[in-house]
Amino acid sequence: MNIIVCVKEIKDPEMPPDQFKIDPIRNRAEISESVPPVVNPFDEQAVEAALRIKDVLGGKITILSLGYNLHREVVKKPLTMGADDIILLEDDAFVNGDSWSTAKALATAIKKIGEYDLILCGRQAADWDMGQVGLGIAEILGLPSVSTARKIEVINGKARVERVVANGYEIIEVVLPALITISNEIGQPRYAILQKIIETSRKQPTIWKPNDIGLDPSEIGNKGGRLKLVKLFQPIRESQCEIIEGESLEEAAINLSLRLREEKIL
Amino acid sequence: MVNYRNVMIYVEVIEGRLGIITKELLGVGRKLASDLGEELCAVLIGSNVSHFTKEIIAFGANKVYVVDDPLLEDYHTESYILSMTKVVEQGKPRILLLGQTPVGLDLSPRLAFRLNTDIVLDCVELAIDPEKKLLLRTKPVYGGKAMATFVSESFPQMATLRPKSMPPSEKDDSRQGEVKTIHTGLDPLAIRTRLLERVEEKAEGIKLEDAEIIIAGGRGIGGAEGFKQLEELANLLEGATVGATRAACDAGWVPTTIQIGLTGKIVAPKVYIAAALSGASQHMTGCSGSQNIVAINKDPRANIFKEAKLGVVGDWKIVLPTFIKKIHELSKD
Repeated sequence: MNIIVCVKEIKDPEMPPDQFKIDPIRNRAEISESVPPVVNPFDEQAVEAALRIKDVLGGKITILSLGYNLHREVVKKPLTMGADDIILLEDDAFVNGDSWSTAKALATAIKKIGEYDLILCGRQAADWDMGQVGLGIAEILGLPSVSTARKIEVINGKARVERVVANGYEIIEVVLPALITISNEIGQPRYAILQKIIETSRKQPTIWKPNDIGLDPSEIGNKGGRLKLVKLFQPIRESQCEIIEGESLEEAAINLSLRLREEKIL
Repeated sequence: MVNYRNVMIYVEVIEGRLGIITKELLGVGRKLASDLGEELCAVLIGSNVSHFTKEIIAFGANKVYVVDDPLLEDYHTESYILSMTKVVEQGKPRILLLGQTPVGLDLSPRLAFRLNTDIVLDCVELAIDPEKKLLLRTKPVYGGKAMATFVSESFPQMATLRPKSMPPSEKDDSRQGEVKTIHTGLDPLAIRTRLLERVEEKAEGIKLEDAEIIIAGGRGIGGAEGFKQLEELANLLEGATVGATRAACDAGWVPTTIQIGLTGKIVAPKVYIAAALSGASQHMTGCSGSQNIVAINKDPRANIFKEAKLGVVGDWKIVLPTFIKKIHELSKD
């Protein structure tokens, strides 16, 4: 099985809320330097999904990541988990695009890679939460797709996918090659393997610039995007929490219940 | 130069009834159409669904496009995109809205790319920029830590609407409207996915989206056993049910169908009791519409205390049993 997994580097979405601010003049997020860059958690789960297939069927997993000034230890993390190869679309021209220009660049790179049975992506990036690039790649490449997968099995050239829906899941069979987006219900990604950590430290990623994949900067990144950010803001929180006290925790619990009764909340 | 006009919304029939999201879309759709001085239409795709047109008109649509075909009984990306594309070619809407639902988040991105336009998913606000008559689309970003407003000049202007962010429209059976049937001529061989099975994993009792009271537990509950206490409390209160954070669901303590948050359910109950959960933005974005948030957490600096109206700082293992006992006593009076 030849699997491509698209991976995005972002600032850790689990950051403490006070480390996140908005610069309203520049319409930009200001995140403290102390917040580390990580693999987008949904993409890390996509890597795990690929590894589970490789565990059973063997094959090759190629990581594809688009960005600028990417941290090698972050984008190479999937290799320490067991992925085989890494290609970076690393250039200023690739970034700050919308879902269209980003998907266009990734799809074009995938066309250049050429051989694949399956493309996996996280369902959304945990920074902008736009949720489109994966499916957009499928549309550009003319591939069938299944979204929000929590389990994938490959049997006889088809993928059997458990797709998360409101009240449970559906089992969808899709012909390969296909693109599947992964949701958090798939579970914990595996830890890095020592042997792989050592191998990976020596591995140099392949780097492609826009003209390596036959794209003009005007088609990609910020220049190629159509959706414009008008305003980035944080809604003002007005609430003041009233802490209910007591001589003991048990008393506080009783006071809370009485208070909720009084105010006809419960 | 194509002339795009009117607002079009995508109808979802959920468990044999018009989904609430559909009524919410008709509500905001009507407002946008009025602001534009244009009309509101709806698109209904499925098999044996034509009888819903009357109700869709009663809830505010001036016109309903219907694509009714046995091949459309189950949702499949490819067949539904083909159908939507035909409807959009006919209707040429200026604005096209869908719900941020499992179908919506699957159908909309590919549909937008197919139509060579852009889309913003999970919007909580939609407005018309009067100068250029463009759709301003606002959504939570950074896991709910901020909001972003987007605009573009591509048509149709597309967005998905987050459930519970807009009030549903009101029914008026005297409303009149037009129905237009569209034939898609689908080739079954061209659809590359097959639905093998549908598995329900519903938790017992009231649906989260309908509950008046939600008792939600987080990582601090520690296991499935702990959640039984939350269920005990829910059983004591009328209209109450149990919810959970992503951490508790991913750990397998509770079914993932009760996950509340950015990639789970969006809820807005009268009361939200948050037990042993820190209040991370990705969770809060799913419950911040609650009227009264009550927090129980042993960490006084937990983010939940910035979001709650009332709270107790303490270990839920001590606070909750006494709380349950007192509620039980009080309810006997």
